[in-house]
Amino acid sequence: MPKRLYAEALVGALRRALETDDRVHLMGQYFLGLTEHRELMVELREDYVERVYYPPIAEVGYVGAAIGAAMAGLRPIVDIATASFIFQAFPQVVNEAANVHYMSGGQTSVPMVFHFNQGIRGGGAAQHSHSPQAMLWNTPGLEIMAPSTPADVKGLVATAVQSNNPTAWVDHVRLFDTIGEVPDPDYAIPFGVADIKRSGTDVTIVASSFMVVRSLAAAETLAKQGIDVEVVDLRTLTPLDEDAVFTSVAKTGRLVVVDECHRRCGVAAEIAALVAENALGDLTAPIKRVTALDVPIPFSPPLEEFVEPTEAKIVEAVSEIAG
Amino acid sequence: MLPELGEDQLRELFQTMLVMRRFEEALITLAGEFDVGHFHVYIGQEATGAPALGLLEDGDFGFTTHRNHGHLLARGVDPARMMAEILGRETGTNQGKGGTLHLSSLEHGFPVTSAATGGCIPLATGAAFGFSKLGNRRVSVCLMGDGSLEEGAWHESVNIAALEKLPIIYLCENNSLEALGQRANEYPSSSMAASPLTGLAAVFGMPAVAIDGFDAGEVHDTMNIAIARARAGDGPTFIEARTVRWPGSRPLWPQLLTGELDLTIAWDETALPDEHVEWHRSQDGILRFTRELIEAGNLTPEQALEIDAGVKAQMKEAVQFALDSPYPPPEAALDHVYA
Repeated sequence: MPKRLYAEALVGALRRALETDDRVHLMGQYFLGLTEHRELMVELREDYVERVYYPPIAEVGYVGAAIGAAMAGLRPIVDIATASFIFQAFPQVVNEAANVHYMSGGQTSVPMVFHFNQGIRGGGAAQHSHSPQAMLWNTPGLEIMAPSTPADVKGLVATAVQSNNPTAWVDHVRLFDTIGEVPDPDYAIPFGVADIKRSGTDVTIVASSFMVVRSLAAAETLAKQGIDVEVVDLRTLTPLDEDAVFTSVAKTGRLVVVDECHRRCGVAAEIAALVAENALGDLTAPIKRVTALDVPIPFSPPLEEFVEPTEAKIVEAVSEIAG
Repeated sequence: MLPELGEDQLRELFQTMLVMRRFEEALITLAGEFDVGHFHVYIGQEATGAPALGLLEDGDFGFTTHRNHGHLLARGVDPARMMAEILGRETGTNQGKGGTLHLSSLEHGFPVTSAATGGCIPLATGAAFGFSKLGNRRVSVCLMGDGSLEEGAWHESVNIAALEKLPIIYLCENNSLEALGQRANEYPSSSMAASPLTGLAAVFGMPAVAIDGFDAGEVHDTMNIAIARARAGDGPTFIEARTVRWPGSRPLWPQLLTGELDLTIAWDETALPDEHVEWHRSQDGILRFTRELIEAGNLTPEQALEIDAGVKAQMKEAVQFALDSPYPPPEAALDHVYA
């Protein structure tokens, strides 16, 4: 099976979406941010000049326009670039897109995708390091995908583009350099199906997006210490594969949730609550959360590292309960 | 002036305006007996909405606001289903999920109604973007109030519409000429320093005109030109239709301060009430349209009253339909979150 960069798989997924469905339009053109991989987008933009829109610096305007365009019959994939900018578009994403199908009584759908690069990218400081997926997860009506591998991004984009719901595509610039096997034929990964990225018996780690990569690295370190970690990659937050989490916790009896959102009401908080509510009897140790601390993300490297969920913090949390 | 339409079409327009008025009157009366929550009525703007939306074709979209009842009625949505929606009933246009603020009817070209001020502007602009890319010659109408010009979404969206020459008409119904705001009578809108409001669109290089929103003929002609321009791919138009706020809309909850519309005022000066004389004499667009129709020989007073009686009977049935309709089962709250 061929190996591909995540960035290549991402661009390949966009290309297949444009090739296979005339209704697909890209609104916003970065997708790979300002990383060195951004050059991969050039050829795609040239091949689909009529279907790649370069918007003004106007997030509420062009993201809202994508929502209206979806109602009119397009299937836009809108790029919001750095995740923090989605706050500029929140009135349209949260108060319009997510509500349209419901408040119209099921008459109207919004088949579109919002792509953004979340998380701590290194030196982004407080206004370019957000992980808004927990806020979006608190918004019924949105689907949320958060892939962690080149193979998954290909399959999840294929599903997102054909979904009739507004879908947030939570991405991470630190994934773009990762490499993995990607099957050549077209395939779609259904939403709501988690993936066991590493099978283990001692402790369950639940994660998504780039935190899966970091958790897998931590698992290798822990394996050397004799702790066998299972890593559950949620892949989509909405819909959520609760059973995959419960099944793994039933096997290991121990849970560490790793997530880049802030701790308070973050993704990890919800996973921890679900397990506490439904599977407390399976637990043989307290649940641990490894998250960003509840402070704005600072600029200076040692401060940033102090705040973010690092591999060392994951190792420490797992070790504490591995008993 | 009268729109350049045939006699049958003029009478249809007259009937549509009456449906818009009698619906709101029935609702205000109903609200006196049942708690229907807060709502906004379209009274006083019929001479704008009816001729403007009557020019749209199947497949064209309108994105309206919290003051949406008249707009949907102008495109033929069933008043009974609208009334049922306002009462939260299962038979409502939105199956009880939307209520007065979000009345929607996709088959009549209202995909969804946003009640967040300015919420409709990016959506309407985006629908025009979609139509433009699909090349289907459809147009999108953004039915906005003057207050939405205070939102940043206006600036961002109108720029996109101008840059892309989108097939959209921004029909801004300015009902704030006697504004409630602190700056009443100092500016053309309640809290907007820009004057005239058309300047907010003209600066983007599109036709931007202010018209008399009580004048059905001027609305019809102006919209006709704007729609043709949009369909031809020549880009957006901004229309400020000026009306005054109906006295009954000045209280927080609408009240029938001018009474139910008495059509006989149109041809019998002695029927003029002592209160709100200016409203009845020159501001009520329906009375003005009725006078013009009678003067031009397109309608007799008897015919006017006959059409009105039919409309009143229809509204009575609409109210009864709504009251007789069941509420949705509580667990229906879980439906329609995802498509």
